[in-house]
Amino acid sequence: MASETAIINVVARTSLWLQPHRIVLILIALGLVAGAVFFMRWDWLPQYYEMGLLGIWRSLWILAVTCALGFLFAVPLGLAQATGSFWFAAPAKVFCTVIRGTPLLIQLWLLYYGLGSLFPQYPWIRESWMWPYLRQAWPYGVLALTLSFAGYEGEVMRGAFAGVPKGQLEAARAFGMSRWKIFRRIWLPQAFYRALPTLTGETVLQLKSTPLVATISVIDIFAVSSKVRQDTYLTYEPLLLLALIYMTITGVLVFAFSRIEARIPVKIG
Amino acid sequence: MSAVGVAVAPSSEAQDGAAEAIHVENLHKKFGELHVLKGVSLSARDGEVIAIIGGSGSGKSTLLRCINCLENPTSGIIRVNGEEIKLRADSHGHTVPADRRQIERIRSKLGMVFQNFNLWSHMTLIENVIEVPVHVLGVKRDEAIAQAEKLLARVGLAEKRDVYPAYLSGGQQQRAAIARALAINPRVMLFDEPTSALDPELVGEVLKVIGDLAREGRTMVLVTHEMKFAREVATHVVYLYNGLVEEEGPPEQIFGAPKSERLKQFIRNIG
Repeated sequence: MASETAIINVVARTSLWLQPHRIVLILIALGLVAGAVFFMRWDWLPQYYEMGLLGIWRSLWILAVTCALGFLFAVPLGLAQATGSFWFAAPAKVFCTVIRGTPLLIQLWLLYYGLGSLFPQYPWIRESWMWPYLRQAWPYGVLALTLSFAGYEGEVMRGAFAGVPKGQLEAARAFGMSRWKIFRRIWLPQAFYRALPTLTGETVLQLKSTPLVATISVIDIFAVSSKVRQDTYLTYEPLLLLALIYMTITGVLVFAFSRIEARIPVKIG
Repeated sequence: MSAVGVAVAPSSEAQDGAAEAIHVENLHKKFGELHVLKGVSLSARDGEVIAIIGGSGSGKSTLLRCINCLENPTSGIIRVNGEEIKLRADSHGHTVPADRRQIERIRSKLGMVFQNFNLWSHMTLIENVIEVPVHVLGVKRDEAIAQAEKLLARVGLAEKRDVYPAYLSGGQQQRAAIARALAINPRVMLFDEPTSALDPELVGEVLKVIGDLAREGRTMVLVTHEMKFAREVATHVVYLYNGLVEEEGPPEQIFGAPKSERLKQFIRNIG
């Protein structure tokens, strides 16, 4: 009985979903793909295949590392603004405002062309263990993207921390929890759950900020597609494939985050 | 007996030798210019059920919240279990607990139940109940769970152990909050208007649980608007008016033969 209902439900849902306009749209999409395959040039693919995969890998790890590090910075930034005394709150506020108020490209270039050209002037830096890293481009890209993510998420976490009901923190206090325990067990988890939907969107935005590192000579997937264009004089093919790659990554990200969100069956309030 | 402005030494009215679980002496609390408590004294011996009644703004919730320093008293003495809470003035001139460890230890012996339940909404009921035993008192997790299951069964929520608070009625949430407070095996239960935020039809189930606790001899301090309930379960009733103890005594006296004119009027208005 129950399984019958389930089958009927599935059939009903499928027929609901497959409405005429959707069928037409699917056909158009298939037509576009077929057209792209048959009427465009893809013979360059085998040659750039490996470079492309490496580029995708670079884009992905830059995204993952900068989001993770950025979030770690965002927690104290949000906390300082939500509760801190003036001396904590004001610098955090200034940082978030500056980061959010200036283009990421400028931040990136200031770090790379500014800091990056200052460092070599100091022999002790050139002789230190950091130099092998500091002479490369990617650390500046990672730093700029991390600071950017921290700036935006710091603001999100401020709201998330402030939104946790005071009564629940008071209950934790009333039962003798230390301040650190209240933060770790009650305040941070709830703030994180509150921020999660926003976090999804910010991560997707961060993905689409990563191509900027191509401007400081980091070979991510965007840089690879630019190289293909320069080498082959093709305009559309590499760009279309690039768009498809970003869309696929976005799709996977959104799906993964929605699974995480679904695992939190909490109506927080 | 009118204790207006006088710090009555509650230890003088010894009651069958039971130890004093809570002792409050000459407590003052100011919020800025507002003088909420103007020298209140209170005592709860083991097994006593103290009901604090009074109109809104009389300071009864503030008094309760000062006992575990959720509100820091401006001045006065608070002893829990014979141990005096150490207070000091901070840089702004506010009185704060001097010893964080001490106040945390004392708080973990006082089971507080709030007007708005304040269950942790990211945890299921069972997680709410084991949280303090496991993470503050250092009880082993499986022991804490076994104990928590008993407590949830006791307040009639055994089947709801894996449900999040948001999916429960106010009455169920408050019963779970009582289980959470009982889980620390508290020396004293503190109830801050536990039924004031409930729909009328849910008040009964919560009062029944509290009443059972009172009858089995748990020491409790209870701020309430439920006069009939206070009369049934309290061993001692304190009537606060405008930040002072206007009248106190056994429930028969307070409700049956009130002396103070204000208390008479209060009971007339409420009843």
